[in-house]
Amino acid sequence: MLHNLAQLPRYRGLIQSLVARDLKARYRGSFLGFFWSFINPLLLLLVYTFVFTFVMPASQDPRITPYALFMFCGILPWTWFASSLLESSGVLISGGNLIKKVLFPAEVLPIVTVLSNMVHFFFGLVILAGFLVYYHRPLHLSELAVFPLVVGIQLVLTTGFALILSALTVHFRDIRDILSNLVTFWFFGTPIIYPYFLFADHTWQARLLRLNPFTHLVITYQEILFFEGPVGHLKWLLVLGAISVVFFLFGYSVFDRLRDSFAEEV
Amino acid sequence: MTPAIAVTRASKTYRRYSHRKQFATLKSALLTRSLISNLRPDETFTALTDVSLTVPKGRTLGVIGRNGSGKSTLLKLVAGITKPTTGTVRVDGRVSALIELGAGFHPEISGRENVFINGIMLGLSKREVTRRFDDIVEFAEMREFIDAPVKTYSSGMYMRLGFAVAIHVDPEVLLVDEVLAVGDEGFTHKCLDKFADFKRRGKTILLVTHSLGLVERFCDEALWLDGGRIKGSGDPKRIVGAYLTDIEHREEQELAAGDSRARESASAAAVSPDEPAAAVLPDTPVESVTAPADMFRATEGRWGSREVEITDVTLVSGDGQAGHVFQSGEPLEIHIQLRAPLPVDDFVVGVGLFNAEGICCYGTNTSIEDLSGERLLGDAEAVFAIDALDLVEGTYKLDVGVHKEDGFPYDYHRLLYTFRVKSRAKDVGIYRPTHTWRFSGDITFKTPP
Repeated sequence: MLHNLAQLPRYRGLIQSLVARDLKARYRGSFLGFFWSFINPLLLLLVYTFVFTFVMPASQDPRITPYALFMFCGILPWTWFASSLLESSGVLISGGNLIKKVLFPAEVLPIVTVLSNMVHFFFGLVILAGFLVYYHRPLHLSELAVFPLVVGIQLVLTTGFALILSALTVHFRDIRDILSNLVTFWFFGTPIIYPYFLFADHTWQARLLRLNPFTHLVITYQEILFFEGPVGHLKWLLVLGAISVVFFLFGYSVFDRLRDSFAEEV
Repeated sequence: MTPAIAVTRASKTYRRYSHRKQFATLKSALLTRSLISNLRPDETFTALTDVSLTVPKGRTLGVIGRNGSGKSTLLKLVAGITKPTTGTVRVDGRVSALIELGAGFHPEISGRENVFINGIMLGLSKREVTRRFDDIVEFAEMREFIDAPVKTYSSGMYMRLGFAVAIHVDPEVLLVDEVLAVGDEGFTHKCLDKFADFKRRGKTILLVTHSLGLVERFCDEALWLDGGRIKGSGDPKRIVGAYLTDIEHREEQELAAGDSRARESASAAAVSPDEPAAAVLPDTPVESVTAPADMFRATEGRWGSREVEITDVTLVSGDGQAGHVFQSGEPLEIHIQLRAPLPVDDFVVGVGLFNAEGICCYGTNTSIEDLSGERLLGDAEAVFAIDALDLVEGTYKLDVGVHKEDGFPYDYHRLLYTFRVKSRAKDVGIYRPTHTWRFSGDITFKTPP
């Protein structure tokens, strides 16, 4: 396993070109092409703003106003995470031709899925940054320094999930169907559309939320991008970082163990 | 020197899908706690058994065998796409496998971008692809279409481009699985030239093909797989010869089985041979007594009064062996066993040869050849001897009949006997006249190697 893992950097060029191909192929044939990567999150943010300003002006809590912006800070990373999971679960099966007929490092496929979704996340960040400036949200350099860290941890964690899901789905196709429901459930179990401080620290809800790894990522994103004041969640984030690395190694070992069966099962 | 390919006692077992397995789901796996055991095969299919081979560097090995004999599995093992269940496979040097051409092409993006990605997938760096790009496009004959999305390509273009990329990876070991049928004649020649070029430069080639001529011409050695085991290896001519003999033998058995089935069903439909007298009574015009209205439309069958019965028909080749597969140009005898319970003086023995399309290639009988019957009683044999079976390769069917001078059938066997003619020359038509070519003037031909 460690030997295979050490090979991974050698596929840099391959991963790079496959991510580029994914991004190119996605909007090929559409009139606006690449701009959709910006327009999609922009439209999403406008819809939220409209809904929570005019349709149901939900929260009067000044701490999470403007609410649409608060929500957007959580939804962007969540979309990266959720799309990666959903897409990677089918990626070995749809790439079956490569695995069966070409000597091809299979782990490249889920990794490419995670990375191309990450690129979309970055496009979304550009739109988010525009709105942060528009609403005069305070952005501090000290806070922004944490940003690469949280993105990195999310990348490691997501890749771990993607590896496990892609490998298991080869054997159990029903994962793909279960997964979309699980992801929806997970979404509401993460403080994205409601703030974490909705629950007091000692309540069972808060304890439950803390068990959810994505909670810590989202809170950090919100602290960096939305809330004022220093990033208070850093300790939790570092613990999650360590867990994520372990989880990634676990995911890779599951993938590696099942690797030989892919060519026969997909 | 280490060999380029070394396979040692490799076996490959595949899991076979059964209905139970197919519907096994995560839920049921969790419920029955068989999550792990389900990942282990229980119903298996062995594609390769105990295969050992070594290919020294610079040699070309041709792998032949019937469909399902394990050729492609062997290639996948050598390519490293699958691992052997037991045994080891070692390959020295960069491998490129021409198994699925253009695997991984993305339909939406251009041929140019696909060439780059495909090249990188096959192990080249971006710089290497850039350097070889023009050669690749040139080889694939795709210059004008290279910037169009791949989804607009014809399947031939798709394959050519895939082939061009794979061949320009410049591997030490090239694995080829029956991919030479990708283009027109011209492209096939180009591919063969490229292979020959590989050989000259001391690269190792493993070629899986059904084209036996290619194996004979091109390979240093041949390997014959049958049912996942090595049935023979060594000199290509010898192995191809042995393989062809085996195929003939199998065809022989199939034809023999087919013939006996045809005769059984014909006899069942015809009048019982035990009561021939009943059939000639004028008041019982049994359909099987009279010939069908249009003789040349009739399909297999047997009819006649059985006053004279054909009890057996055997085809005997030049060496005296009864069989069903014959070489073109060799002698062939048709032995017809006759039996007449009562003396008969009005009889004609005839044969007819039909090809697979139902065209009568030749037909004759004793009457046409000015032999008029005098007496036939008890068991007798008629032999129709052909000095040289000058037919082109194909499957032929035989009519054998005994009838009166006026055509009233005693026993007519319509297309009940099948035989196959084999020929090294793939000439066309029906009949091969004995012939030679003669030339004069300034005209010469290359002598085959």
